[in-house]
Amino acid sequence: MKVEKMTIVYHEPIARNIYQLILGGTLVQEMNEAGQFVHVKVGERTDPLLRRPLSLCDINKEASECTIIYRKEGAGTALLSEKKKGEVIDVLGPLGNGFPLEAVQAGQRALLVGGGIGVPPLYELAKQLVKKGVTVTSILGFQTQDVIFYEREFASLGEIYIATADGSYGTKGFVTDVIGGRGLSFDVLYACGPKPMLKALEQKFPDKEVYLSLEERMGCGIGACFACVCRVPNNETAYKKVCSDGPVFKVGEVVL
Amino acid sequence: MSRLAVELPGLSLKNPVMPASGCFGFGREYAKLYDLSQLGAIMIKATTREPRFGNPTPRVAETPSGMLNAIGLQNPGLEKVIEEELSWLAQYDVPIIANIAGSTMEDYVEVAKRISQAPNVHALELNISCPNVKKGGIAFGTVPEVAAELTRLVKQVSAVPVYVKLSPNVTNIVEMAKAIEAAGADGLTMINTLLGMRIDIKTAEPILANRTGGLSGPAIKPIAIRMIYEVSQAVSIPIIGMGGIATAEDALEFFYAGASAVAIGTANFVDPFVCPTIVAELPVLLDELGFDHISQCIGRSWNKGGPTVYCGT
Repeated sequence: MKVEKMTIVYHEPIARNIYQLILGGTLVQEMNEAGQFVHVKVGERTDPLLRRPLSLCDINKEASECTIIYRKEGAGTALLSEKKKGEVIDVLGPLGNGFPLEAVQAGQRALLVGGGIGVPPLYELAKQLVKKGVTVTSILGFQTQDVIFYEREFASLGEIYIATADGSYGTKGFVTDVIGGRGLSFDVLYACGPKPMLKALEQKFPDKEVYLSLEERMGCGIGACFACVCRVPNNETAYKKVCSDGPVFKVGEVVL
Repeated sequence: MSRLAVELPGLSLKNPVMPASGCFGFGREYAKLYDLSQLGAIMIKATTREPRFGNPTPRVAETPSGMLNAIGLQNPGLEKVIEEELSWLAQYDVPIIANIAGSTMEDYVEVAKRISQAPNVHALELNISCPNVKKGGIAFGTVPEVAAELTRLVKQVSAVPVYVKLSPNVTNIVEMAKAIEAAGADGLTMINTLLGMRIDIKTAEPILANRTGGLSGPAIKPIAIRMIYEVSQAVSIPIIGMGGIATAEDALEFFYAGASAVAIGTANFVDPFVCPTIVAELPVLLDELGFDHISQCIGRSWNKGGPTVYCGT
């Protein structure tokens, strides 16, 4: 964990309100786990004040570059979207604990389930799993056709299914409809996306090896402010911090 | 002697810069980034008698140049704080100011009695101004007679000097400060957060699960400065100032207003190195302005002849 001024190498929209940001810097050498995130200061002034937690989509140590994909949604990401190639950006990271690779062995099958802007960290995960010899199937859910991204990139690493909520592309419905409809089997499931999607996966596969990446409003991003805590089942005072204990948890470890 | 060294009741500070309570946990996270011995002191997260989970999430919401929080005094409870956190902090050469909170006066007294015995706790900070808990907290910090009574009770049992953290959510902060001084407080810390709210435009619901929260960050800085300016002229006990400080220049404004030391809160979230950075930049600022020692700045906005407020030897 360090603070570094990283240089913007590439910054373009790749779908409606979805931006791909490639950052260069020595901090990349510390990035190892898919599912880790960086805490990015989007402006030089005090408004917006807080950093923005953004997950790592691709770690390229040879080039010392990392890729972040984010959705322009509020004031912070709108300001970020105006940053140009060549500008520097204040980055704190890498933060959090990523998806455990050791949960699956070479020759086994991993199911990667992503929803919307929860899709990006699964790309680095897919790359690392394929390298390990794991068979990867990706199921990506989006609201509608024009916010779909990285279909080709995921397709190059294994089987891919896409669902859209409005049916404008792929299967109409949710990612869970794809898994159920096609009877997809797996040894381990990794997921990142909106909470209703994670809850649906938790209910659907109570006895399977499932790892979920959570999103929560954060303050510090390093575990000091207690903004992003979640409860632990059957305990009144126990807690986990999404930023520093997660953001990836084994299913059942925390209350969704 | 260092030009940043400040003597306050119970506290020989190598520099007058410390992280504010609730913004630094118990220091473990920041210890991964720098040596905590660089800090003047550490104000640890509020400690209560029993463990507390705190409020539901969302617990934070951003505001223009600020943030709202409603953490709800989450902490592992008195026993664990003493056994695990304070003993861990003892490896650093830094005095601890233990922030204590409770739902009843008895709670405060019990926590004060026990935690003030810890060898590295050099002072207590009585948290009577947390706006985010239903019982206790701010309830003790808005009525001068109640705050004074609590101060008296805690003073009776504490083994170390007692500082009282003032709430800005009062009509007359000078009256409150005077009542607490008369009750025997050794110092004041100010200001805690201002009660605020944000509402989601899509759902029409408050963003924070607790509905209201405490506003902090640069947005509240001028309020803190004004209140310290008023209170420091009305009392003779020292003030540790806080409220939106993010730079050495900000800190200097607080000294000019009448603070004898400063605490940094929200800025730690934006720049985790902000405390050591301010420690490093203050001497540069003193040089630029022609001061030999930080104590020459204390209260300078209302007393050009030099400090008359408590600033040590």
